[in-house]
Amino acid sequence: MAAPEAAQRRRRPHTLSLFVANKPGVLVRVALVFARRNYNIESLVVSPAARGDFSRMTVTCSGDPATLEQIIKQLTKLVDVVHATDHTGDASYETEVALVKIVQPMDRRTETLQIAEHYGAKVVDYGPESLILRAYGGSEKLDAMIELLRPKGLTDLVRSGKILMARGLQET
Amino acid sequence: MSAASSAAPPTPPPAATPTGAEVLIRCLAREGVRRIFGLSGGAAIPIFDALVDSQIELVLVRHEQGATHIADGYARASGRPGVVLVTSGPGATNTVTGLLTAHMDSAPLIVISGQTIRPNLGTDAFQEADVTGITYPVVKHSYLVNDAAEIPRIVREAFHIATTGRPGPVLVDIPKDVSQGPCSANFVDALDLPGYQTPGRAAPEALSAAAALLAKARQPVLYIGHGAVISGAGKAVMALAKQMRAPIVNTLLGKGAADETHPLHLGMLGMHGTAYANRAVTHCDLIMAVGARWDDRITGKLDEFCKDAVKIHVDVDPAEFNKVLRPNLCILGDAKLVCEELLPLVQPCNSEEWLEQCDKWRQKYPLRYPKRGGLRAQHVLDRLDAITGGRSIITADVGQHQMWAAQFCRTREGRRWITSGGAGTMGFGFPAAIGAKFARPEEEVWAVVGDGGFQMTLAELATARVHNVAVKVLLINNNYLGMVRQWQEMFFENRLSGVDLEGNPDFVKLAEAYGVKGLRIRRPADVDRKIEEARSWPGPVLLVAEVVKEDNVFPMIPAGAPIANMIIEPPRTPLEKPSGST
Ligand SMILES: Cc1ncc(C[n+]2csc(CCOP(=O)(O)OP(=O)(O)O)c2C)c(N)n1
Ligand SMILES: [Mg+2]
Repeated sequence: MAAPEAAQRRRRPHTLSLFVANKPGVLVRVALVFARRNYNIESLVVSPAARGDFSRMTVTCSGDPATLEQIIKQLTKLVDVVHATDHTGDASYETEVALVKIVQPMDRRTETLQIAEHYGAKVVDYGPESLILRAYGGSEKLDAMIELLRPKGLTDLVRSGKILMARGLQET
Repeated sequence: MSAASSAAPPTPPPAATPTGAEVLIRCLAREGVRRIFGLSGGAAIPIFDALVDSQIELVLVRHEQGATHIADGYARASGRPGVVLVTSGPGATNTVTGLLTAHMDSAPLIVISGQTIRPNLGTDAFQEADVTGITYPVVKHSYLVNDAAEIPRIVREAFHIATTGRPGPVLVDIPKDVSQGPCSANFVDALDLPGYQTPGRAAPEALSAAAALLAKARQPVLYIGHGAVISGAGKAVMALAKQMRAPIVNTLLGKGAADETHPLHLGMLGMHGTAYANRAVTHCDLIMAVGARWDDRITGKLDEFCKDAVKIHVDVDPAEFNKVLRPNLCILGDAKLVCEELLPLVQPCNSEEWLEQCDKWRQKYPLRYPKRGGLRAQHVLDRLDAITGGRSIITADVGQHQMWAAQFCRTREGRRWITSGGAGTMGFGFPAAIGAKFARPEEEVWAVVGDGGFQMTLAELATARVHNVAVKVLLINNNYLGMVRQWQEMFFENRLSGVDLEGNPDFVKLAEAYGVKGLRIRRPADVDRKIEEARSWPGPVLLVAEVVKEDNVFPMIPAGAPIANMIIEPPRTPLEKPSGST
């Protein structure tokens, strides 16, 4: 019985936030720290930070926790990384945007639109053969919505990847 | 051009603005660089050109790998960074093994490579290689210089990063239009590296926690690594060992941090360490690592390594903590500072019985070798140690000869033993000795090499000859890739595969072809005389010891086995294949 439990623990995604110098190559250096240890990056968002010359990276990844500890230390060790923090399980505000394309005839869309409404998703493209929904919120919420939409003719999915910010005066 | 303008006198170039290459060389001089090891090519010509008018001496090598190992040996012997200059493409890729070697062993190396001009980047231009891309995993940091104005800042940062904290190699890739173009940037002193911190003093709480653990130990061992050599912690380690009454063991790269001939010193531990060092580690109740990283050559089977002993880990690199095992206490800081600050806090351990026990093991399992049956590497190395009194600098290549040299050439102080430990790079030993001799010309420098590894970088015989670098190369010629043959004999039913070095040249003639003195030892009776002859020769010497072909290194802990399974004498029964890697 221990095996599936361990596997589940391994699969639980972690969310890291990195504050990095905005320099060419920094993304590769970061990615190599994961790749070398056979760790999979599930999503990665890079964007300019409030301070010029710096960027913010939010990384979700999964793998075994001992390796993650080493990964965070190796990331911190990179000259271009100012800090790397594991926010898994803390109270940071997290969000993500998803765009979902559904191919469905006009007269069969009632349920799709009900699902969209329930999840606060907006119809951003309404065409004769297909529609695009835009939803945002916690990743688990988006997962649930997407599962409901799959049988409705979901053909394309683009997610921004998770971004997060620590609350109060805590550093992200 | 119109006739009118061609008739006008040519406007002289604004003489005041130097090129990027000239600024680079001035910045290097400002960092104290006196010598650069390199080999030129199109994309690096402007930099080589700037060297013509500089005080910095250029040492032309015969292969870029040689340049990296020479610079690495220079760095390890002196503590100052070694500088390499190569061209783009294949010139730069030839440095990759040297970068790995330096990276694994924390050696400060600066590799400057020429690159194709900026407009050509990414077009598969002639001799273009994505050198920063290829080298990311084997450098401490790297730069692709995009603007000549950045050169002074980058050089300052590169030297700072290479030499501080846990040292390592830094690569600077410079497009030819950057080195050739004008550069009016000024020298830079201030550093702005918010992502780079180097620890200094340890936290006082960590030190007092360590003192409390040390006070309880009855069977302590100090386990000393390369970090202690790098930080110059030798005296502090010895003082601590004396104060605690604790024996010392060192890693392959930690050799010499503390005097290996001291009665408290048990020599090298690990796969081919002394039986008494390994016994001590198996039975200790506390082990304190100082600048060592619990490498798999040391721990053997991890679950059984020092299972019940208290473990303390002192390191300057926090990423080493909890990497392979979880110590009871980690102390972040420079090895020397930590040992010095611990000294007044520790009391002598109640370790009389323990020290006696360690001495009994030392008596019971001395390093030994058969005195008959032809010329043996161990005998030659034993005599080299005795004749030089351990006062030379010894570099070793990789293989059986390396392990015998580590066992029999006891190292008395730091930076007198240089070998590729982490990477195990064959071909390192000889060029590293050239670098060590450049760094410390007043010292006697010996390179102990095998017939396999020597042939990987022997072209640097020309470099040694041209610069009259008086290194003494002791070539242990067993006509085999001996260490691999040993594994095949012991663990693969002696099914030899790809280890016979049939076709070896006559090495003495080879040396002579380069204008280097060649000497040969065939009989045990000749050993002392030939070593002395090599020592008294004023220039470089290749001393070839024709040793018995099929000798094995003992003690040996099969890779991945618990230390307790150490094989002290040649086994009579077949052994299982090792579970550990290499
Ligand atoms: C570049 C490189 N290739 C291969 C190896 C694997 N290897 C380790 S020891 C060894 C044999 C070395 O032979 P030699 O230099 O003759 O030394 P000996 O063991 O015979 O003393 C080999 C092939 C290595 N360490 N480095
Ligand atoms: Mg050999």
